Amino acid sequence: MIYLDNAATTKVDKEVFEAMEPYFQEFYGNPSSIYTFAGKSKKEIEDARRTVAEFIGAKPKEIYFTSGGSESDNWAIKGAALARQDKGKHIITSKIEHHAILHTCEFLEQQGFEVSYIDVDENGVIKLEELKQAIREDTILISVMFANNEIGTIQPIQEIGEIAHEKGIVFHTDAVQAYGHVPINVDELHIDILSASGHKINGPKGIGIMYLRDSIKIETLIHGGAQERGRRGGTYNTPGIVGFGKATQIAAERMEKRRAHETELRDYLIEQVRKEVPYTKLNGHRTQRLSNNVNFSFRFIEGESLLIMLDRKGIYGSSGSACTSGSLDPSHVLLAIGLPHEIAHGSLRLTLSEDNTKEEMDYVVEQLKEIVDKLRKMSPLYEDFVNQKEGEL
Amino acid sequence: MSQVIEYSEKVMDHFTNPRNVGEIEEAAGVGTVGNAKCGDIMRMYLDIQDNVIKDAKFKTFGCGAAIATSSMATELLIGKTVEEALKITNKAVMEALDGLPPVKVHCSLLAEEAIHAALWDYAQKNGITIEGLEPPVKDIEEIEEVEET
Repeated sequence: MIYLDNAATTKVDKEVFEAMEPYFQEFYGNPSSIYTFAGKSKKEIEDARRTVAEFIGAKPKEIYFTSGGSESDNWAIKGAALARQDKGKHIITSKIEHHAILHTCEFLEQQGFEVSYIDVDENGVIKLEELKQAIREDTILISVMFANNEIGTIQPIQEIGEIAHEKGIVFHTDAVQAYGHVPINVDELHIDILSASGHKINGPKGIGIMYLRDSIKIETLIHGGAQERGRRGGTYNTPGIVGFGKATQIAAERMEKRRAHETELRDYLIEQVRKEVPYTKLNGHRTQRLSNNVNFSFRFIEGESLLIMLDRKGIYGSSGSACTSGSLDPSHVLLAIGLPHEIAHGSLRLTLSEDNTKEEMDYVVEQLKEIVDKLRKMSPLYEDFVNQKEGEL
Repeated sequence: MSQVIEYSEKVMDHFTNPRNVGEIEEAAGVGTVGNAKCGDIMRMYLDIQDNVIKDAKFKTFGCGAAIATSSMATELLIGKTVEEALKITNKAVMEALDGLPPVKVHCSLLAEEAIHAALWDYAQKNGITIEGLEPPVKDIEEIEEVEET
């Protein structure tokens, strides 16, 4: 099997798993308890918090553990909006955000907030001039993702942060795809709130963090006990937190090496696909992209049929096709970068890990070539294209 | 991004080894339905002699279910009279495939419509009227709206 869907989720690292294991059956005490039995759990949680804080240049007390990226995004957007609504009710975000942001913004629109969705260019980079133009007196929050989950484009986060801070606007970034993959320093990049998730960095599912600059106040999302200094209720997910800390530590240690390996494979895969499969378009920025992301559109074919055929060859990828989700519209990200519907339907996302090899990439290209060819021979769009081309000759 | 789609063995068989893919030169009837916007286009070619469908071929741009329903439709068509062909419904295509996931039912509607469009083309070319045959609609969304009313 060749697993190429690491943007969806990753395998838990062996070291991470081993670090977590004692907290299920051995040290299962509730870290909020007073007895010494819970002492080790409590200490490990604070160690993990420190590891995460150091990794992004924050203070430990600015790190909050959550249930994952979606909770962090919900908390950041709703919490900032509610806390700042006296100053204004206008929010700015981009058209290519994850649904955890977009649907939260739509919810807030129903509650009387106004949201501006900024366009991206053909590479998926946010239009900074449009962003500046959208800022109003009553703008209270800007939220732009660090790197896109579908096409891998990395946004000019530092510039967005500077724009926000010049105007005294809170800046949130959904860094779920970037955390652990790209160096992040919240002060240098002017980030006030940041979301990250464990299972995208070989950590466990069901755990994430929200970084919140200590000078910024936002409302609580999960009301409950006194955990996380009373700002996020719910019993500590000790194994999850320990796993998140360990995954962060490993990501930090290996980031450079892993990025180099992934970038080499990524560029090789892109080059080979371009060479071997005609009528193909790379989606996302050629260089300003995540080291593990490859996203192609293959003209004249549909993504779901491509995915199933690849699955039968032991290759696991994903698609921005509507047919995989049961809706008629293909991915909002692919439409936002200007792809026509029929080309957006024929997209394939392959996201690598450091475990992948060059031999695997060769096999993928070989299979892709064969499958795309087979599907094109079945496609009336390809037939029309060929006939039209012959007519022109 | 993607979700697991559960297909029957029959659907998988017709998707991975589709029957009757291709074109028929100087076909008696050709029909194209669907649109690329919603991700499915089906083109059906019919060879009709003495009111009997001697051969059927298809080309489809679409998901696994769209390809499988096209393939099954051509199998059901071959050997039928024009009148019998007109009675092949989307339900018949679905049943022959041991069912389709709910989100894919529109693919079977498209197959039924492709048959009708090809028969309509045949009738037009030969200046005949086939009882019960309506002019084809071009867009699958129109079909679904008709279904609801």
